[in-house]
Amino acid sequence: MTTTIIWTIVAVTLLGLLLAVVLYLVAKKFKVEEDPRIDEVEKVMPGANCGGCGFAGCRAFAQACVEAPNLDNNFCPVGGNEVMKKVAAVLGVEVKEKAPMVAVVRCNGTCENRPKTNEYDGYKSCKVKAALYSGDTGCIYGCLGCGDCVAACQFGALSMDPVTGLPVVDEEKCTACGACVKACPKKIIELRNKGPKNRRVFVSCVNMEKGATARKACKSACIGCGKCEKACPFGAITVEHNVAYIDFNKCKLCRKCVVECPTGAIHDVNFPTPAQKPAPKPAAKPETASPAAAVETAEAAAPKPAAETKRPVQSPATAPASPVTEKEAPKPEKKEE
Amino acid sequence: MSKLLVSPSPHIHADISTSRIMRDVVIALLPSVIVSILYYGWSSVMLLAVSVITCILVEYLITRFLMKSPCTVTDWSAAVTGVLLALNLPPACPWWVAMIGAIFAIGVVKMTFGGLGQNLFNPAIAARVFLLVSFPVAMTNWAKPAGFIGVDATSGATLLGTVKEGLAKGDTLSQIFAANDFSYLQTLFVNIGGSAGEISALAILIGFVYLLARKVIRPHITLSIWATVIVFSGIFWLINPEQYTDPLFNLLTGGVLLGSVFMATDYVTSPMSARGGIVFGVGIGLLTMLIRYFGAYPEGMSFAILIMNSVVPLINKAFKQKKYGRA
Amino acid sequence: MKTFSIGGVHPHDSKIAAGSKIEVLPLPKTVYISMIQHLGGPAKAIVAPGDRVKTGQVIGEPTGFISAYVHSSVTGTVKSVGLRKDLNGIPVVHVEIAVEPDEWMDGIDTSDKLVTEIPEDRQFILDRIKSNGVVGLGGATFPTHVKLCPPPDKKAECLILNGAECEPYLTSDYRIMLEKSEQIVVGAAIMKKVLGVSRAVIGIEENKPEAIAKMRETVSKLQSSAKGYDGIEVMTLKKKYPQGGEKQLIDAVMRRQVKSMGLPIDVGAVVQNVATSLAVYDAVQKNMPLITNTLTVTGDCLPADRQKNYLFRIGYPLSYIAECNGGVPEQAAKIVSGGPMMGKAISNLDATTQKGSSSLLYLTEKQTERKPESNCIRCGKCAEACPMGLEPFLLNKLARNGMTEELEQNAVQDCIECGCCLYSCPANIPLLDMIRIAKGEVIRAMRARTAPKK
Repeated sequence: MTTTIIWTIVAVTLLGLLLAVVLYLVAKKFKVEEDPRIDEVEKVMPGANCGGCGFAGCRAFAQACVEAPNLDNNFCPVGGNEVMKKVAAVLGVEVKEKAPMVAVVRCNGTCENRPKTNEYDGYKSCKVKAALYSGDTGCIYGCLGCGDCVAACQFGALSMDPVTGLPVVDEEKCTACGACVKACPKKIIELRNKGPKNRRVFVSCVNMEKGATARKACKSACIGCGKCEKACPFGAITVEHNVAYIDFNKCKLCRKCVVECPTGAIHDVNFPTPAQKPAPKPAAKPETASPAAAVETAEAAAPKPAAETKRPVQSPATAPASPVTEKEAPKPEKKEE
Repeated sequence: MSKLLVSPSPHIHADISTSRIMRDVVIALLPSVIVSILYYGWSSVMLLAVSVITCILVEYLITRFLMKSPCTVTDWSAAVTGVLLALNLPPACPWWVAMIGAIFAIGVVKMTFGGLGQNLFNPAIAARVFLLVSFPVAMTNWAKPAGFIGVDATSGATLLGTVKEGLAKGDTLSQIFAANDFSYLQTLFVNIGGSAGEISALAILIGFVYLLARKVIRPHITLSIWATVIVFSGIFWLINPEQYTDPLFNLLTGGVLLGSVFMATDYVTSPMSARGGIVFGVGIGLLTMLIRYFGAYPEGMSFAILIMNSVVPLINKAFKQKKYGRA
Repeated sequence: MKTFSIGGVHPHDSKIAAGSKIEVLPLPKTVYISMIQHLGGPAKAIVAPGDRVKTGQVIGEPTGFISAYVHSSVTGTVKSVGLRKDLNGIPVVHVEIAVEPDEWMDGIDTSDKLVTEIPEDRQFILDRIKSNGVVGLGGATFPTHVKLCPPPDKKAECLILNGAECEPYLTSDYRIMLEKSEQIVVGAAIMKKVLGVSRAVIGIEENKPEAIAKMRETVSKLQSSAKGYDGIEVMTLKKKYPQGGEKQLIDAVMRRQVKSMGLPIDVGAVVQNVATSLAVYDAVQKNMPLITNTLTVTGDCLPADRQKNYLFRIGYPLSYIAECNGGVPEQAAKIVSGGPMMGKAISNLDATTQKGSSSLLYLTEKQTERKPESNCIRCGKCAEACPMGLEPFLLNKLARNGMTEELEQNAVQDCIECGCCLYSCPANIPLLDMIRIAKGEVIRAMRARTAPKK
């Protein structure tokens, strides 16, 4: 009995030793040489693995950062400048600060502005719909409304507004990873500068058809009239293929274009007061007072009237008339989570 | 005409839906259900009601409160599981056993995998085996409850059980059959002793023909099970007819018919292709006969189906449809 | 009776309009002729507003090897050349012509006389087919002259004429086989001559016995009375969709299968539709450009006396045809151009007829509505139905997860988009919708891979 026990112990120990030696040799032979800094960089990454940087995941990005001579071409949109600073600190290199970006939906085609001409009955996917035909409205460039961007967003920053039928971006949650930009078959979503105090001016339309055709399809389309181009003192606006585009690097947020635009296709967001001209009722917007107002994403979703006249008025608590984007939009987002 | 509908092709759809298929299965089960109610009376009605209602209720509660997904009760699949489970229980089985079985079938076997279409095992069969292992006494109590028609014979065991016991004692088959007054005609019409659904081979066959006619199932799986059972038992029977039961006996008694027509052909847990189906059927037939001849249990259909369920993914991988132009 | 070997479905054939003779539609006031009526490069409009054009005059020239001429279908004055939305709502260059009474171009034989003598010169035939803008009328509108000139290293062995018309509801091919059988057979003999093949098979499904009898009779009549008609036969095919698919028809007739990503000519087959054969006859024997075709107006919600087969010219607005037929029926929820299995849903009735238009099919909401998707129950009906032997349920899953490599391994690129999978899915899963997109992506990836090597 005792001998059996002893033998067992000896045998198992010997076997363990033997295997340990084998393991040691194998580990030595097949060791993968890796820069230890990759691990360090990976530690400071957000770990979302969203692919917004253009790499397969956070580790691939870390590896690229370590291997690159400088960080100019690598940027983590989720972590932003803070994370890039940490990365730079790990690697001991300089990093240029980048202006924060945000996804912007460039379509005004609310159900009201852009009436439906037929009823789509296929699989609810923009990709499928776009491959089939021009869409269920007269506008062949606009949002298809099936929410591929919402499905693509890993941060719950996008939601469909049931009233307008357009996607709404939650500025707080949006990390500008660009997944929605890739998902949109109509190339409506663009990453733009978040702007000082989140203030931005942009053309919320990509319709390249001639003015009359575009207008017929959508009341709030850019008709390529060029008034904004002339009004812009900074040369930030160009009209090409019947559609205006504002270069956000040149735009100084003077909002002359917003006033000029005859269709309300140019949107200004997060400004305390509406753009003025023969302004009807200028009113203070309680921006600083409420976080809800900051959430107000307005891009695209704020329909044309909101950009010009509607800018209300009361405090957020008693603002039943405030645009849908303020009150309604955040709701579906919460559902998403 | 308002606005034109637009969608990708095709623009028409076959007159077929999940609920229609499941409904057809329930209809195909009706002959067996009726016969079992006639012969086992209120206890059979009770088992059916408890099992079906529990299945539907559990599925509803899980989809509604746990998964928070669209309710799938209307597709009749829970009802199919409920009826099948009830038909797989001994007629004298207490109602709470049926209820536990139903909860297990839907709650564990079906829904934990993600609901309809996701489960690896046939819920009714898995539940039956679960009950057999958990409540062996209740699940092998083959006493005959009072029925609406027929003689009030109290049978102590299934034919297969009697045979197994007899053989274990060292009797020959002819002695056992003579002692039990066995006839093939009886198994075809009223075979007292066994699960509620096994009572009449004819009722099951009517259901089989209906399923085939409605194109709900293809015959491959069922027929390959029968063929395997016949061939396998045939060989052994020819070698020693006093030790091994004959092919017809093996086909008509126990769960082979019920299992091969209704359980092995379950879409979710059977292979997709016809060739895969044949392999699946042969496997079930072989395992059933191996258990019957050499195993501890008198009946092996449930185990055979469960075991083969688990290799379905492999069969699907190995036996794919032949592709056009890729010889 | 022959048929293809893998998969297939049996939708009710609903050939309601089969009994109605082909009627000629009156000329509308204005026609709009699209410059994209064929596969390949769009034609370039060579007329300008104010120009006067005659019927049969060239108004669009091909812009590449795979492209085709477009002819004016009417006499009149060009009012505009500009963008107009096609039936998908996508803007395409159209030539707008104000219609006047017909004045045909010189050299076009407009008489009814049947010309059975086949020209000797192969090149002459091809030139006629090309200059008269003949394209395949079976659905893909591939330029016919290109298809009839196989590359020198490939040899055609058999010409297959597709008279299967396996799509439900459509009856235009059936009617021309009854009413213009001689022309079709002459056209077949012409193509046989061009290809230099000894065998031509006209495949017709069993549900059209009159057409089979008529075509058989015509073939034997022509074989006994004229030269060059040997080797033409009529083959009865079992009724099964998609019998008329090129690859399926080759399988059914020749028992050969085209390799993945290959062409019919790889197995020695050339498939042409019976309507194309008619167009070839017109082009070669009459020098008549392809400006007319037959179209079925049908649907269960259309009264029996309005089930029609019309001879139309290209450029007629679809709404005009609907009006000639008495208007769009009240219950019609969807209008399809083509058959219900592969046709296109029309989003814009102002779109105009093209060379390949084959029907205006009215479907009711009940018939056509997509039902809500439910869980896959792994019944395998899609795999059973797929005529290419694919596994749509698997492709759907892979497509939803964007697994391009696996999609390619599982041959998504072989999909012919026949719709059998979606048609037969009890769970209403949009299989084809997903697979079509995935197929496009995989083929693009495959092309990108082979491109740099060239």
